[in-house]
Amino acid sequence: MATDIIIHDQKDNVGVVVIEKITPKQDCSCWIMENDSTVNIQSMDEIPLGHKIAMIDLKEGDTILKYGHDIGKVVKSIKKGEHVHVHNVKTKKW
Amino acid sequence: MFTMSKQRSGNNMEIPKSFLGYKRENGRAGTRNHVIILPVDDISNACAEAVSNNIKGTIALPHSYGRLQFGADLELHFRTMIGTGSNPNVAAVIVIGIEPKWTKKIVDGIAKTGKPVEGFHIERTGDIGTVMKASKKAQEFVMWASEKQREECPISDLWISVKCGESDTTSGLAANPTVGNLMDKLEPLGVHLCFGETSELTGAEKVCATRGATKEASEKFMKTWSSYNDFILKEATDDLSESQPTAGNIAGGLTTIEEKAFGNFQKIGNCKFVDVLEPAEEPKKGKGLYFMDTSSAAAECVTLQAAAGFNIHLFPTGQGNIVGNPIEPVVKLTANPLTVKGMGEHIDCDVSKILSREMNMSQAGDKLIETTLKVANGRLTCAEALGHREFVMTKLYRSA
Repeated sequence: MATDIIIHDQKDNVGVVVIEKITPKQDCSCWIMENDSTVNIQSMDEIPLGHKIAMIDLKEGDTILKYGHDIGKVVKSIKKGEHVHVHNVKTKKW
Repeated sequence: MFTMSKQRSGNNMEIPKSFLGYKRENGRAGTRNHVIILPVDDISNACAEAVSNNIKGTIALPHSYGRLQFGADLELHFRTMIGTGSNPNVAAVIVIGIEPKWTKKIVDGIAKTGKPVEGFHIERTGDIGTVMKASKKAQEFVMWASEKQREECPISDLWISVKCGESDTTSGLAANPTVGNLMDKLEPLGVHLCFGETSELTGAEKVCATRGATKEASEKFMKTWSSYNDFILKEATDDLSESQPTAGNIAGGLTTIEEKAFGNFQKIGNCKFVDVLEPAEEPKKGKGLYFMDTSSAAAECVTLQAAAGFNIHLFPTGQGNIVGNPIEPVVKLTANPLTVKGMGEHIDCDVSKILSREMNMSQAGDKLIETTLKVANGRLTCAEALGHREFVMTKLYRSA
């Protein structure tokens, strides 16, 4: 199965869409670069190339991990498979 | 932390040990052979452009500043001017300013390289007389420079600067790690390397600081980053949500400055930086990777790196930044297939097959090395062919 989503680090709770877009209820194959393993997820939203998908349920105040590092905080709860972006995540800086 | 080390294995190509460059009087080598007409100040732009219009094969570098600057801002102005003229991609220089004193200061600075340089000031002569005198000298310089031949130079004569722009998540996933892979492969061969973009390391600053080759370099980095961050916090009206990440970054899927920073940081691979440079400061500690305190705006950053003596630039982009520089060729790469499809005329190296896993990071690094060497040997970059010559001085504060 072709890769739809790439995850940098196994600790990450988000993945990046690497095909033109994924559609709601699509069964996606995710490749974890760090340990060269594969996991599957069903998407809830339409998500375009380069945008992020939640790999687990996330609640307000949770930390988004990408590259194995803190890249911001959840400001509106996110369900597994939903689009993660500026509408539900904000910087902890500035 | 996440590393690309598992990706880096594989059958690497043999890296060429030399390229064809222009040997300069001071022992450096150029990838280009430009004769530049350098205005000292904004009001000398017209004269410089008239000379370059008269004499074919010369390039004028108009810019917006150079009057009534003072203190550290003036020092940076001189450092950028002298550094640009001194860059090994430049064969000879005509300097034109309104007044004799600052014109001479820049001429004297460039003359230390041993290359031909001559200054002209406009006061008491006017534009027309100055254009005539400067054009005669420019003609002499460009005809002299046209006789220069490319010669075999060791690969260690490459000074490679990097900066990313219009980044998206494909930058951090693939294009930036491709540059990191190139750095990991070329650093042992004795090249000079430089990354910058102080504000765009925000969120990854502590991790970046651990990449100092010495405790001193790490501390200098943290001091530099903190000072830039303090400045941003002081000047910001609410937050930087309109600027960092940019609208283009957000369209490409980047959500926060931290995410952008960790993506940005992939460009240095596993290298450690030996020193932290002031903007436009020439590295003095020998081969290896340097961090330079720069703005994250593309043209400003590349202009400063070129002024520090870097002779070829690698520019990974996601959504498609189109920047070029008049003296330092800017090689663009992207991993975003939509950018390759929509604006391919700006992309020198397509690594989008990383996303479909038809290409691994090591193969992408090799492809970028091949492209870099072709450009070092003389192949025009997309930005050169399209006429991108963004020369943008960094100004630290208001003039007196």
